[in-house]
Amino acid sequence: MDRYLPALMGGMLIGLSATMFLLFNGRVAGISGIVGRLALGLNTGLNTAFVVGLMAGPLLFHGLFGRWPVVTVTSSWPLIICAGFLVGFGTRMGSGCTSGHGVLGLARFSRRSVAAVVTFLATGIAAVTILRIVGL
Amino acid sequence: MKHSYAQLAVALVSGSVFGLGLSLSGMLNPQRVQGFLDVFGAWDPSLAFVLGGAVAVAALGVRIMRISSHPAFEPSYHISTKKRIDAPLILGSAIFGVGWGLGGLCPGPAVALLSMGLIKPTAFVISMVVGMQVHDRLLRAQTDTATAN
Repeated sequence: MDRYLPALMGGMLIGLSATMFLLFNGRVAGISGIVGRLALGLNTGLNTAFVVGLMAGPLLFHGLFGRWPVVTVTSSWPLIICAGFLVGFGTRMGSGCTSGHGVLGLARFSRRSVAAVVTFLATGIAAVTILRIVGL
Repeated sequence: MKHSYAQLAVALVSGSVFGLGLSLSGMLNPQRVQGFLDVFGAWDPSLAFVLGGAVAVAALGVRIMRISSHPAFEPSYHISTKKRIDAPLILGSAIFGVGWGLGGLCPGPAVALLSMGLIKPTAFVISMVVGMQVHDRLLRAQTDTATAN
């Protein structure tokens, strides 16, 4: 239970955030879209404000609970660099990631988002399974 | 495009709530994310509750959106109207999934982690932005401002 309840509560906060962004600003809180547009210099003010808030998240967590979120990176340097590139490239090509497709896309029953989520879960599972088989 | 202070404040607060939610959820821990994807090994299903909780709350937001004429601080909603499941959607999502599995990070957690100054997650974000730029500047004919989905 000690991992399920925080997971559920954290998820609900993410849903609340997406709801606020949608109902007040009329936009999808999709992180790959926000970061991608920021990198292209589009909607700079709005996207910067969201990213600054996102980065404040771990600091707020520290302020509330007096500890930092646990972060354990087991992937090697080459894997991390490759992974970052694939995530950046793939989310832009696929028009979204775990937040845009995963949260808001599923919430509005978008067929495209359902297809995207099924696809990235399948290839994510495949990637981890291969990592485990080759012992990385 | 200029936005009002109200919109900027909403973006800042939404981002903060999102980042706090990620921190609480366990999504900032690549080892746990990989454990969630390790369904044929030592599977840790707990992170499914993150998506479940988020979708349940966001679905309420979507219901309110459908009965409202426009968002509070904008003349209209900026939601994708695309319906067709096309090759870029599937290929892009497939590539993203591989990266997500290999690194245990997706864009939200990776960006949130920047404030903790950890070297590998920071390098991941730099590499991710390079990947976005390679796609957007080299492969995308027109850089439209379409929203996600």
